[in-house]
Amino acid sequence: MIGAGLLVLAVLAVVFGPHLWNIDPQLIDIRARNQGSSLAHPLGADRLGRDTLARMLAGGRVSLAVAGAAMGLALTLGAVIGVASGYFRRLDGPLMRLTDLFLALPLLPLLLVIIALFRDALRSAFGPESGIFILIASVIGATSWMKTARIVRGEVLAIKEREFVVASNALGAPTRRIIIRHIIPSVVSPIMISAALGVGDAIITESALSFLGLGFPPDFPTWGRLLYDSTDYLQQYPERVLWPGLAISLTVLSINYVGDGLRDALDPQARG
Amino acid sequence: MTTYTVRRLLIAVPTLIFISLVIFLLLDLAPSDPTANLPLTIPPEVRQKIRESLGLGEPIHIRYLLWCKQFFINEPLNVIDALLGQSGDSERLRVLSWQTRSPVVDLIVERLPQTLWVVGLSYVIGVLIAIPIGIFSAYRQYSWFDQIGTFVSTVGFSVPTFFTGVLMIVVFSVGLGWFPSIYDTTHRVTDWSSFLLQARQMAMPVFVLALYNAAQISRFMRASMLENLHRDYVRTARGKGFRERRILFVHVLRNSMIPVVTIIALGVPQVFGGAIITEQIFKVNGLGQLLIVAIQGGDLPTVQTLTFIFAGLIVAFNLVADILYGVLDPTIRYD
Repeated sequence: MIGAGLLVLAVLAVVFGPHLWNIDPQLIDIRARNQGSSLAHPLGADRLGRDTLARMLAGGRVSLAVAGAAMGLALTLGAVIGVASGYFRRLDGPLMRLTDLFLALPLLPLLLVIIALFRDALRSAFGPESGIFILIASVIGATSWMKTARIVRGEVLAIKEREFVVASNALGAPTRRIIIRHIIPSVVSPIMISAALGVGDAIITESALSFLGLGFPPDFPTWGRLLYDSTDYLQQYPERVLWPGLAISLTVLSINYVGDGLRDALDPQARG
Repeated sequence: MTTYTVRRLLIAVPTLIFISLVIFLLLDLAPSDPTANLPLTIPPEVRQKIRESLGLGEPIHIRYLLWCKQFFINEPLNVIDALLGQSGDSERLRVLSWQTRSPVVDLIVERLPQTLWVVGLSYVIGVLIAIPIGIFSAYRQYSWFDQIGTFVSTVGFSVPTFFTGVLMIVVFSVGLGWFPSIYDTTHRVTDWSSFLLQARQMAMPVFVLALYNAAQISRFMRASMLENLHRDYVRTARGKGFRERRILFVHVLRNSMIPVVTIIALGVPQVFGGAIITEQIFKVNGLGQLLIVAIQGGDLPTVQTLTFIFAGLIVAFNLVADILYGVLDPTIRYD
């Protein structure tokens, strides 16, 4: 419950925060440079005098949006592949080999490589910010669908043999209709659980990429980027790494609690 | 079991070759130019010459096969030569880094000890912490120890290592000044005081990684113990009047270790990937740092070789995990 509350709070803060705290995160106020907390800048200002609170809120928006988009993509891919390989026996072998192959890829190194190599091309195609947004969200999504696919496949294999599916098959319902009306609704709860647990991973992956300097451009704040920028001033202003780090950790922690809660509620067999 | 192992080994070979092809194509199709970082004053024809000297003039399949030959045939031969104490065949082509113009494998051999020491030690410590915590948490489920343990492990794997690492630096290097924040690789252990310094500079990265690993493994350990504690055979053992310690450490522990051992095996390659971040924070110049520098410099042969080695580790440890599972649990039969 605390987890859900914190999560709602974080989402509300990044959605409505920039409207309430309407200092432009890009605004450079050189006189406020390296200031500590004050009424004008509750969390202080960075080396160019940009307000940290405004940057945190804007950064959270990006971080959560990337995680959400990546998870959406991963779930769609995972659900489609899982249903396809569970329902159609002919596709099962090749699709599961594909899943195994993806599981054998070293993901973090590959993510770094892909982003470093394709960054410039996409930047010039879609503009610096949306280009890198598309790249990061799709790359994270394309490399995190495997778990969902496996879980969904397992569920589909079991549900396929249940009487109501066999019955509607015998009544001559078209395959598409069976899948949409009977199979998909039955696998929603495992999909939800893996979504909840996956969003946390996606946030961490995005922050890690930004932290390694291969995420969004420097003037575009995300939580990972803010943390990365602050580590250069670790000796002088150690409090600056605290805010983005806390934001990432608390959000992921609350998401994990919500995910665990969901699993306990929806899947009473998997206690642990 | 033997046939299963052989079959899995045979499947692993095409998988690895396919992965190396995927990585190669990915790197090759990427719109990046290895000469992009050179000064702009270099005329285009010289630039073209440079690219040809890097081997970029050849068609793609030739370059891929060349890499395969260099990596799969020439490098193992070099290793064999080195083991036998021969000087080796200097004509043999090796995978060369574009940045340093030295063989990639030599670079990796140079960096490997740092990574193995820091990462390997932290994994061992993580496992050693996690298993007792998991056992005790499960045995006294819902006790205060369990509550705290579960909370700490959830925090431990929710908080990313790049935050715990930075936090450690803030507290222990900047605030208290106990540990150095930068890992000094040139440091040699010769006597007691230099050993202490080595221990101090390793303390923080090892602690950060160990915490993260322990958090994950202790959760699995606890869940696995809980599952076994309520089985009928435990009740039977209690009914026979065995001592509680014997039931816990002989009967339950051995059965609960089966999935945990495979999880530990599966985690090893991921540790190498995760160490990329930790190495970056503490400035340990291990394999992860080599990869980052190679990516930033557009050094494709190094990136290709390193990524492939990571992939190879994953495939190898998956195999180890599956075989261990079969060895440890006689009810599982792969046929």
